[in-house]
Amino acid sequence: MQALYAQLLVGLINGSFYALLSLGLAVIFGMLNIINFAHGALYMMGAFVAYFLLSLGGINYWWALLIAPVIVGIFGMILERTMLQWLTGLDHLYGLLLTFGIALIVQGVFQNYFGSSGLPYAIPDQLKGGMNLGFMFLPIYRGWVVVFSLVVCLATWFLIEKTQLGAYLRAATENPTLVRAFGINVPRMITLTYGLGVGLAALAGVLSAPINQVRPLMGADLIIVVFAVVVIGGMGSIMGSIITGFALGVIEGLTKYFYPEASNTVVFVLMVLVLLVKPTGLTGRAA
Amino acid sequence: MKHSISAMLLGTALALGAAGGAVAQDKNIKIGVLTDNSGLYADLGGSGSTVAAQMAIEDSGLAAKGWKLDLISADHQNKPDIGSTIARQWIDVEKVDIFMDVLNSGVALAVNNVVKEKNSILIDTGAATSDLTNAQCSPNTIHWVYDTYMLANSTGQALVKAGGDTWYFLTADYAFGHALERDTAAVVVKSGGKVIGNVKHPLNTADFSSFLLQAQASKAKIIGMANAGGDTTNTIKQAAEFGIVSGGQKLAGLLLFITDVHSLGLKVAQGLNFTETFYWDMNDGTRAFSKRFSERMKNKAMPSMVQAGVYSGLLHYFKALEAMGGNPHDGAKVVAKMKEMPTDDPLFGKGTIREDGRKLHPAYLFEVKKPEESKGPWDYYKLIGTTAADQAFRPLSESVCPLVKK
Repeated sequence: MQALYAQLLVGLINGSFYALLSLGLAVIFGMLNIINFAHGALYMMGAFVAYFLLSLGGINYWWALLIAPVIVGIFGMILERTMLQWLTGLDHLYGLLLTFGIALIVQGVFQNYFGSSGLPYAIPDQLKGGMNLGFMFLPIYRGWVVVFSLVVCLATWFLIEKTQLGAYLRAATENPTLVRAFGINVPRMITLTYGLGVGLAALAGVLSAPINQVRPLMGADLIIVVFAVVVIGGMGSIMGSIITGFALGVIEGLTKYFYPEASNTVVFVLMVLVLLVKPTGLTGRAA
Repeated sequence: MKHSISAMLLGTALALGAAGGAVAQDKNIKIGVLTDNSGLYADLGGSGSTVAAQMAIEDSGLAAKGWKLDLISADHQNKPDIGSTIARQWIDVEKVDIFMDVLNSGVALAVNNVVKEKNSILIDTGAATSDLTNAQCSPNTIHWVYDTYMLANSTGQALVKAGGDTWYFLTADYAFGHALERDTAAVVVKSGGKVIGNVKHPLNTADFSSFLLQAQASKAKIIGMANAGGDTTNTIKQAAEFGIVSGGQKLAGLLLFITDVHSLGLKVAQGLNFTETFYWDMNDGTRAFSKRFSERMKNKAMPSMVQAGVYSGLLHYFKALEAMGGNPHDGAKVVAKMKEMPTDDPLFGKGTIREDGRKLHPAYLFEVKKPEESKGPWDYYKLIGTTAADQAFRPLSESVCPLVKK
C-alpha cells in the first residue's frame, strides 16, 4: 500500500509536466487554431537557455524561471510573425507540417552543437535534499515542481477564462473581424498568445532541467505523449488539459508499478478508447 | 546518407569488372559506418565513429600503395528494420565491403543476418549483446570491443566480491537490456549473490522515479542498471535525487561510456564502478590517438571505446587485406584471414580474434574520480582492476556457437 502512495505522488510529478505542456498546446490551439508540433523543441530550448544562463552568465535557477520563458517566448513570437501568421485560415495540416519542420530543424541544430547525451544542470541549493513522508522519500525539488506548476496552470486558466484580456482573446478567436471593429489589435493579441503558450513550454523546460539531462531530444521524447494528453482532454480546453495532464501522469505512474512494460503505451491506449467513445475528448465541445 | 559521384562510378566500375572477369587484383574497398547519428547513442558512436574510420583510412597508408578506399555512413535510427534495409542497399547497390560500428544490439543482430546471407563483413564495435558471438555467431562477423558477458563478468564479479550480494535490476526492455541482465544475473548467482527482483523499462525513458522507488523498496544492496546512454545517465541523476546512494544502496553501471560520465559531470558520477576496454588516458599510444581524434570533433570530445574500436578494427582489416594482396569482396575469406593474424594496435594493444568471432583483449574496471582528483577536462577514470584477455570473455567451453569445434 505504501508503495502505491509513492507511485501516485510520482505520477503527479510527471503529470505536472504534462499539464504545463498540454496547457500551452491547448492555449495555442484554442486561440490560433495551430497544432503546435514545435512545442517539444521549444520546451527543450527553455532548458538550454537555463543551462546557458547558468554556465555562461552565472544567472541562477530562479532568474532562469523568469528569463528563459521570456527569451524563448520572444523566439516564438518571431516564428509566429514571420511564418505561422500566413497560415491563418488554411487547413490544420499546414500548421502541423510547418511546426513539425521547425521542430526538426531546431533539434538538429542543437544536436549538431551539443551532442545527444546532454549537459548537466544541478538542482538549486535551496531545493536540494528531501523529506521522509513515511511511505516514501520525497525529493524537495519534485514537490516544488508539483506546487509551482499547479500555480502556473491555475493562473493561466484564470487569465484566459476570468479576466478582461482573456475575454478579448476568446472573442477574437470566435470572430476576429468583429473584435477588430471594436479597435482591438487582433494580430498582436494572437502573437502574444503564441508567445504565452511557448513561454509555458520553456518554463516546463527550465523546471525539468535539474531532473533530466538537458538534451536536444528531451522534447521530442515527450511531445507525442503530450499530444495524446491534449487529445484525451479535448483540443483547446484549458481546464480539460490541466486535469488530464495530472490524471494521465498518475495513470502512467500506476502502470509503471503494475505492468512497467506498458508504461509508454498506456497513454495511447487511453487515447484510442477516448476517441472511440467521445471523439471530442473528455471535456471538449463538439466542433 | 552520403552519395557521391565517385561512389556511383566505383559501383559501375566494379560491376563491369566483375562482368568482364578481371584477372588483375581488385584493390577497391568501400567502408560503411552504420550507426545512430541522431538518437540517444549518437555521442558514443555517431559522427565520432566516422571520424575514427577516416583516421584509420589515413593512417593505414593503403592509398599510397594503390588501394582505393571509400567511406560512407548512415543513421539507422536505432530501428532494426531500417538498419537491415540500409544494409541490403549498401551491399546490393553501394557495394559496401565492410560494416563498422553498428551499435544497438537490436540493429546489430538484424544486420548480422544480412551480412551473413550476403557474405559481407561486420566488425561490430558498438553493440553489446554477447549473442553475436554465441547463438548468433557468424563466419562474417567479428565482435570487437566488449559484450554483455564481459561486462557482467568484470563489474558483476567485482561488486559481489566487495559485498554487494543482493541485486535488483533496472533493465532496458529490448535485446541488449535482456542480454545484459541475463549475463549479469548468471555471474551474480555464480559468485554467491542473489537476484531479488527486476523491472523492465521502455527504451529511452525520461523519468525513472517509479522504477527507482521500486528498486529502493526492494532493499537490494546493488541496483544493476542494465541500460545505456541517456537511460543510464537519467537513472543515475534521479537516483541521487531520491537519496538511493545516500540510503546505502549502490548503483552498478553495467555499461557506461566516457561520454555518459562527461554528460553527468563528476559531481554526480563520482564513485561509480564500471568496465570498459579502452580509455584515452591509458598510455602514450591512446593519448596520441585521442588527442588527434578530439581535435577533429566539433565538441572536442575524447573517443569512446566504440569509436576507438572502429579505428582499431579497421586497421586490422587493412592489414589482412594487405596480406591477401587484393580482392577484398569475399567477406568470409577476409574474416578468416583476420582471425589467422594476431591483432596489434596502439589503442587495444596485442590481441587475437577467436574462431567464434570474439576479439580478445583485457577488460579494465574503472572508478570515476572525485571532482578534486580530476586534473582537467576528460580526466575522469581511475583504473582499479584488470581482467586478462583470456579471462575476460565467455570461455569457448560455454559457447553454443556452431563455428566452435568441440
